[in-house]
This record gives sequence, structure tokens and C-alpha cells, in this order.
Amino acid sequence: MKFVTALMGAAALLGSTVTAVADGHVEIKPAVIFDLGGKFDRSFNQASFEGAERFKQETGIEYREFEIQSDAQREQALRRFAEQGNNPIVVAGFAQQSAMEAVAAEFPDTQFQIIDAYVDLPNVRSVVFKEHEGSFLVGVLAAMQSESGTVGFVGGMDIGLIRKFACGYVQGVKSVNPDATVIQNMTGTTGAAWNDPVKGGELATGQIDQGADVVYHAAGGTGRGVLQAAADNGVMGIGVDANQNYLHPGSVLTSMLKRVDVAVYDAFKAAQQGKFEPGLEVWGVAEEGVGYAVDENNESLLTEDMIAAVEDAKAKIISGEIQVHDYTTDDSCPAS
Amino acid sequence: MKKTLPAWADVVLIPAINVFLAFFVAGLVVIFIGEDPIRAMQIMINGSLGSSYGFGYTLYYATSFVFTGLAVAVAFHASIFNIGGEGQAGVAGIGVAIVCLSLDQTHWLLTLPLAVIAAAMFGAAWAAIPAYLQAKRGSHIVITTIMFNYIAAALLVYVLNQVFKVPGSMSPESRRFGEGAQIPRLDQMADWIGIELSRSPANISVFLALLAAFGVWVLIWRTRLGYEIRAFGFSDKAAVYAGISPVRIIMITMLISGALAGLMAINTVMGDLRRLNLDSVLGAGFVGIAVALMGRSHPVGVILAALLFGVLYQGGAELAFEIPAIPSQMILTIQALVILFTGSLENMVRFPVERLFLRFNRGRA
Repeated sequence: MKFVTALMGAAALLGSTVTAVADGHVEIKPAVIFDLGGKFDRSFNQASFEGAERFKQETGIEYREFEIQSDAQREQALRRFAEQGNNPIVVAGFAQQSAMEAVAAEFPDTQFQIIDAYVDLPNVRSVVFKEHEGSFLVGVLAAMQSESGTVGFVGGMDIGLIRKFACGYVQGVKSVNPDATVIQNMTGTTGAAWNDPVKGGELATGQIDQGADVVYHAAGGTGRGVLQAAADNGVMGIGVDANQNYLHPGSVLTSMLKRVDVAVYDAFKAAQQGKFEPGLEVWGVAEEGVGYAVDENNESLLTEDMIAAVEDAKAKIISGEIQVHDYTTDDSCPAS
Repeated sequence: MKKTLPAWADVVLIPAINVFLAFFVAGLVVIFIGEDPIRAMQIMINGSLGSSYGFGYTLYYATSFVFTGLAVAVAFHASIFNIGGEGQAGVAGIGVAIVCLSLDQTHWLLTLPLAVIAAAMFGAAWAAIPAYLQAKRGSHIVITTIMFNYIAAALLVYVLNQVFKVPGSMSPESRRFGEGAQIPRLDQMADWIGIELSRSPANISVFLALLAAFGVWVLIWRTRLGYEIRAFGFSDKAAVYAGISPVRIIMITMLISGALAGLMAINTVMGDLRRLNLDSVLGAGFVGIAVALMGRSHPVGVILAALLFGVLYQGGAELAFEIPAIPSQMILTIQALVILFTGSLENMVRFPVERLFLRFNRGRA
């Protein structure tokens, strides 16, 4: 009886658009909205696409999707999916924040999840990542790999979030080699900076010409050009968000993993089980929300010393011995 | 100039054939990726014109395109190619935001006129520098206006990150405007007179756009200044001989053009987003060029062309919702095909049609 009551409670909570079925699962019509850059950006959006695909393969439940092409479509897409009874609706990208604030308030019975931003509403689950911690780890690896003592960073659009990546990376590099030089470049000042592989390649080549022998990027689709340039010039690139080691096997040292895919998958799964919980979740190294990627493409690149050092750093971050400074807390970076 | 075509053929028939051809080729593209082009077409038309929701979005996009289209059209009449609408509208957004953020505790009846003035002034100011460089120094305005688009983008990033940004927020955008800066949407206005419409971002600026179109018509064809602009456009040497100052005409035309482009910020920043963000212009500055070309730089033509592009934008979004197999790039391709056929391949249709009319007329005579 208690079980039935719980089910009914869950169903009522989820509103009229979802119905409880016998096996304790809830019938859901999930939807995912991709941000500028498109779902095949080999990076952030692709990670959320992969999370949604994994859910579909495991459960056979179809999901609806939409690729944002302009800012005007953000609210339009959210409102449309909500009006048509899609639930839960997952969006990835901080730029969706204000659209989400407006639409989620209009549809209190629909469950929303936003990634990379915090929306304080009773029906929204917000997942944010400690990108600075993950960037710190790849910074450690970069500094150990580098022979010249100079490493590079290519960011996408010049915003706080990307400076947070850069700042964590610099701290990681300096923790190994305090005298190291980190050359930093941002691709641009508009949304186009997320999808400009040619310019990404040029910036990376410029850094390599200045002596950088490891280049880390946090630039979405632009990063494809960064990794390409690193591979062409015989130096190491470091991928971001998704595991990008496979793009140029042997020339991608590692990738800073940001488990956007897990966040999307979790949201769908939780909704299906009737356990979708709104609120803020912060995923760092301890929560395995961020990390560095090891697979068959880069196993041979990472020496035992490097693994030992980065695992040590990881343990210290988890224990709190190393506090990686988060750029966005005070808009400044102690290391440069 | 020899007129071989009656006016209706020039204004209606040729654009219609062009649009038909564009959709035909776009249909082939849709078949090529294995989807049903008839269904795709139905979704596009239905989604953009079939409901008050879809039509609202179409009108919203069209309103922006009318402003930028008029901006390009006015400059065209003086043979000036203003491709800086993107930047002028972006900077105008800053002006609108300043007014809205400082006066949003009052009432929109006060904020709107002030925001209109601010939008026009900021847009005009952004056009003034390239205009001055063209008029006084001969720097080509195509180059300078497009360069000013980039400067505008950088300025916006600076202003949004350093001045307007909400502390603690990741996105570079201003706070939401309060009640006093919210101009009524069309569905709210329809509600006043008892008609029910679905919610869409179309707002009171639709009427502002129509007013602007009428204003441009009066200016170009009914005033002395408009005559001077057109005379200068036909032949600058003849205009100088007739006592028209090139510097004055270039400056005034570009100021008007920039002001018109700037007015679109009312529609987007104030009417829909209700905050300033990085990409409030949505490429409308560039679409305006196609709109002006297609509309023959005539206000009525501009309005019709803007509506067509509104249909393409909104219909394209609907297509992406309903058939996810059609990727966003494909929708861009379809929009590009329409621009290609109506803009650059226009003569391909014009010559056969002219010949047809000639033969027909000769047969009658």
C-alpha cells in the first residue's frame, strides 16, 4: 500500500504529462536542447548528446532534441517542448540560464535540468562542474610532459567560465614547475568563437612557435583546430569536455573530462524512476564529475611518474589539501 | 533606362518565380537527405503562418528585418552600401539597455519613446564614423562598416562583462528589465480588445516598423532631401553640378540608415529578450541586405521580403523541431538558396521574362 501511495505521489508530483506504469518506472517523454555549436561539436554538446543516446539505448525510450541556432530560439524551444508535454527537459549551457528562469516558472509541473548554470526554482535541477579542478589535473600532466617549460592554453569566448578553465590549468602547471610559462589566448568575443577551428589552429600554431609543446583548449568546436595544429606540429594537445583522445591518437596527451553525458543520463534516468530531485549539484573531482581521460589512445603517452603525480594531486584535491582557486568566485586568478 | 516590364511583373512576378525556384532546389536537397520535401514544405508554411503562435514569431523576425532592410534600402538610394547594420543594431542595444535599466521603475509609455530615441541615436552614432571617413577621407564604406561590426561586437562584450553583468552570473548579459520597461506584446494588445492570441514575442514594435516604412517612403519620394539622396545615388557628379553637397548627403543618409538599423533593438532587446545579451541582433543586419535587394529598396517591397524571411526563419525552426533528421545546417542551406536565387541569380529569371514580354507585346502590336 505504501508503495502504491508513493507511486501516486510521484505521479502527482510529476504532473499530468507523465503516467506511472506497473514496474515502478514512470513513462517519460524526455527532451534535450543543445547549445550553439551543434550536437556534433566533439565537445560539450556532443557529450550531452552521448548521454541522451546512452539512455535511449538502455531503455528504448525516444527523446526529442533541438539544436539552438540563435538566442531568440532559447525560450522558444524550451516553451515548445514544455507545451507539448515533454518531461524532463534538459538543456546544456550557461547561456540558457535566463530563458530557463522564465520558462521553468511558467511550467511548474515540468522538470527541467540545466547544466553549467544555477537556476533557483523548485522544478529545476542545476548541475555545475568544478572545471578548475579538472583543469588543474591536466595542468599537472602538461607541466610534466613539457620539455620547453612553456605550455599553451586556447580558450573559446572570453568569459568567466573559460577563464576558470585557464586559471585552474595555470595553477596545475605551476604546482609542478613554478617557473613554467603559460601562453594564453582567447579565440574571440562572440558566440562564433565556439566554432572557429581555423582560428583555433592559428592560435595554437602561434603558441607552438613561441615554444609551447603542450596546448590545452577549452573552446568547443574551435578546439578541433587546436588539436589538429598540435598534431601537425608534433607536439601534444589536451582535449576538453568529452574524451577527445581518439581525434589524433598519440598526439592528444589526455582530455579534461567534464561528465556532461553523465549529467544528462542521470536526469533522464532519475525522471524515469520518479526520483528527479531539483536543486543545485556541484560536481568536482571528488564526485567524479571532472577528471582526466586515459584510454588505449594515450596509455603509452602517460608515464608512471605522470600518473603518480596526477593521482597524488587528485587525492589532495579530494582531501582538501590542495585548494584550486575558482576564477569565478572573485573574477581574478592568483597564478598567471 | 528602358522599361520593358510592367510594374506588376517587376514587383510580383519575378520575385515569385525566384522564390519558387529556390524552394524547388531546396526540395531537391531535402529529397537528397531522404526526407519528404512536401511534408517539409508543409511544416515550414504551417509552422510560420498556420497558427497565431507561428505567425507571431514570423512577425517578430520580420519586424527586425523591416528595420534593417529599410536601413540598407535608404543607403542604397544614395548608392551607399551599408553592411554595418549588425554593428549599428548591436550598439543601439546598449542605448536601449541604458534607458531601460535606469527607467524601468516607471511606465513603458515613458520608457518606450526614450528607448526609441536612444536606439536611433546609438545606431546613427555608430554609422557616423564610417560615414565621416567615407565623406571626408574616401575610405570605402563597405570596408569600414564591416570592420565596425567587429568593433561593435568587442564593445558589447566589454560593456556586458564590465558594466552590465550580474555579479555571480556566468553569462555576459544584463539583468532583466523591470515592469516599467516591458512593452506590450501583440497577444497582450489583442487581449485588450478581446481577441485571444497565443503567446509569441511579436510586440508593439511591429507598428513602429510600419511607421518607419511609411516614413522612409515619404522621405525618399516626397521630400527635397529624398530627391537629393536619389540624385546623388544616380550620379554623384551630376549631383555636385546641381549644387548637392556629397559630404552632407553621405552623412545624412548614413545617419538615417544607422538610426533605422538601431531601431530593431527595440524589437529584440526591449520587446523579447528584456535584457541585453551578446547576440541580440541575430544576424538581422546581414539579412537586411538580402531584404533590401529583394524588396527593390522600396518600403513595400522591404516589408514583403521581410515577411518572407520571417517565414524562412520561423519555418526553419519548426522544421528542426519536427524533423530532427534535417540538421540545422540544412535549414541554413535552404535559407541561403532563397537569398541566392532572389539576390544574385535574379537576372537569370529577369532576361527570359523580359524577352517573353517583348515577344508578347510585339505580337499584339
